[in-house]
Amino acid sequence: MYKVKVGKKILSANEEYAVKNSRLLAEQKKLCLNMISSPGSGKTTILVKTINELKGKIKIGVIEGDIQTDIDAERIKATGAPVIQINTEGACHLSAAQVSSGLERLPVSDLDLIFIENVGNLVCPSAFELGETGKVAVLSVPEGDDKPAKYPAIFAKSKALLVNKVDLLGAQAQVDFDVERVKADARKLNKSIEIFLISARTGEGFAEWCGWLLRAVEELR
Amino acid sequence: MLMHETMVAQSLLSTISAEAAKRSAKPVSAKISCGVLNAINDDVLCFAFDAIAKDTACEGMKLEIEHKQLQGRCKSCAEIFEFELCQPVCPKCGSGDFELQPDAALVLEEIEFSTE
Repeated sequence: MYKVKVGKKILSANEEYAVKNSRLLAEQKKLCLNMISSPGSGKTTILVKTINELKGKIKIGVIEGDIQTDIDAERIKATGAPVIQINTEGACHLSAAQVSSGLERLPVSDLDLIFIENVGNLVCPSAFELGETGKVAVLSVPEGDDKPAKYPAIFAKSKALLVNKVDLLGAQAQVDFDVERVKADARKLNKSIEIFLISARTGEGFAEWCGWLLRAVEELR
Repeated sequence: MLMHETMVAQSLLSTISAEAAKRSAKPVSAKISCGVLNAINDDVLCFAFDAIAKDTACEGMKLEIEHKQLQGRCKSCAEIFEFELCQPVCPKCGSGDFELQPDAALVLEEIEFSTE
């Protein structure tokens, strides 16, 4: 028996594509946000509302990742925004190569902001760099306020956290969800994370969230 | 669902196979290290690797996986410590003002080959 030192990064193939994507986005000065959450947190509803709110102000395109089906892409298409569907055929996350092919098929030079809607999963997608400008974590109220403590990776790596479905809170609340605990746990992991309390159903918090997006697009120009 | 460990296993298999072919030797085990944020589950990675290594030079290989803790650096006393979410304070001076160090990458550290 003998041992050989290798010292090689295992996901170097993914990393090469991530670097390529990141370079393309930087050259064209485009903001690209990778949305990560559990299934059912409301990512697609948030995107549809965001696109509608920002119509006439900035141009948004979407790379829609799903295991199968184009249900979400159809919902985006109805807003008029360009959308590319990528089916991962069973895989739990989008890879940088898939995003690269998505970027090739989107009219990137006409856009200001590209959203990547990752596969609904709070664990795996956070381990794969796609070359995006930043990650946005979405956590919805019914999932519970313990998620930053239990799934720290995504909260540690995100630029922003959207706490969605906050219309379920308040005096008539049917769920126990401590917003302050979520904020404190997320900030322990990530001091600079921006936290927005939103409801894609009622529109609450969208002025702040969309304002942040507009500023981020403006800063890149 | 195909978990992300499958992609890691595929990448491992191709790297180890290439090293084995270079030496015309049979790989018997490999050491891997990873950070917390790589979200690697040992059982899932070993299961995926076993499945895809079947009928290749890597069949039956053992994987040893080392998990590197996320480290914090205290801004008050500069102590570097292993970060625990449930106790996010510097163990030396008790300050809560710290920054997280970059997470360790997924690395294939070492391969052991049989001399037979």
